Amino acid sequence: MAIKCKAKLKDGMVEVKALMKHAMETGLRKDSKTGEPIPAHHITEVVCMHNGSELFRCNMGPAISKNPYLAFSVSGPQAGDTLQISSVDNMGETDSGETVVK
Amino acid sequence: MMNRREFNLKLAACTGLGVGIATGLVPVSALASWPTAAFDTENVDDAVNALYGGADAVETDAITFKAPDIAENGRVVPVTINVGLNNIDSIALMVPENPAPLVATFEMSKQSNVSVGTRIKMGKTSPLVAVVKADGKVYTASSKEVKVTIGGCGG
Repeated sequence: MAIKCKAKLKDGMVEVKALMKHAMETGLRKDSKTGEPIPAHHITEVVCMHNGSELFRCNMGPAISKNPYLAFSVSGPQAGDTLQISSVDNMGETDSGETVVK
Repeated sequence: MMNRREFNLKLAACTGLGVGIATGLVPVSALASWPTAAFDTENVDDAVNALYGGADAVETDAITFKAPDIAENGRVVPVTINVGLNNIDSIALMVPENPAPLVATFEMSKQSNVSVGTRIKMGKTSPLVAVVKADGKVYTASSKEVKVTIGGCGG
């Protein structure tokens, strides 16, 4: 699995869009058959790196929807720069993706 | 001679240590900064306190929201926040009526006019609240109510 991402330069701001694949279990739901609570399993952090430094970070709670979508527009990166986006969940599973600013 | 009580205590201490080591495998940056206390709180004020240490939040018009008036499905509510301030360090998005109001925090360094968008879960009809730290000050704004017809918090 990889994080799908795109970045586009517009009026000096970079618009980054990222789509992750994750169940984002809140820990509040119960299994409909057994009645057992389903343990929380959600992404906790998404970090976007640019030239080795942190450009943007999102700390996610379980209230982010399944298969999280994250868009942000910030200034800094130029066209042609590479952005690395990585995520980690509360069970330590990681994922990452990379994109070039258009 | 170790009695049972002592043994249990030691066992607990050992397993506690074990958990510590296990979590140590996760990248250090990952756990160090995730604001557990803020995500665990059950009301907006406590979450703001946990994040920004009791600073008085100033109401502002510079924060605007884009969210549906009626969310048919509370599991997926698209939300965009525009923050027209300078030197923004962090943005926190909250849904006061959710079991845990803090949805996410967005952190950056000294950015201006930032916009962030994501899709969130909403348990029931609620306004949205954003709390922004910019220029060393804390600003807040809330949106109009987003009506939720089917809740998105399990159950």
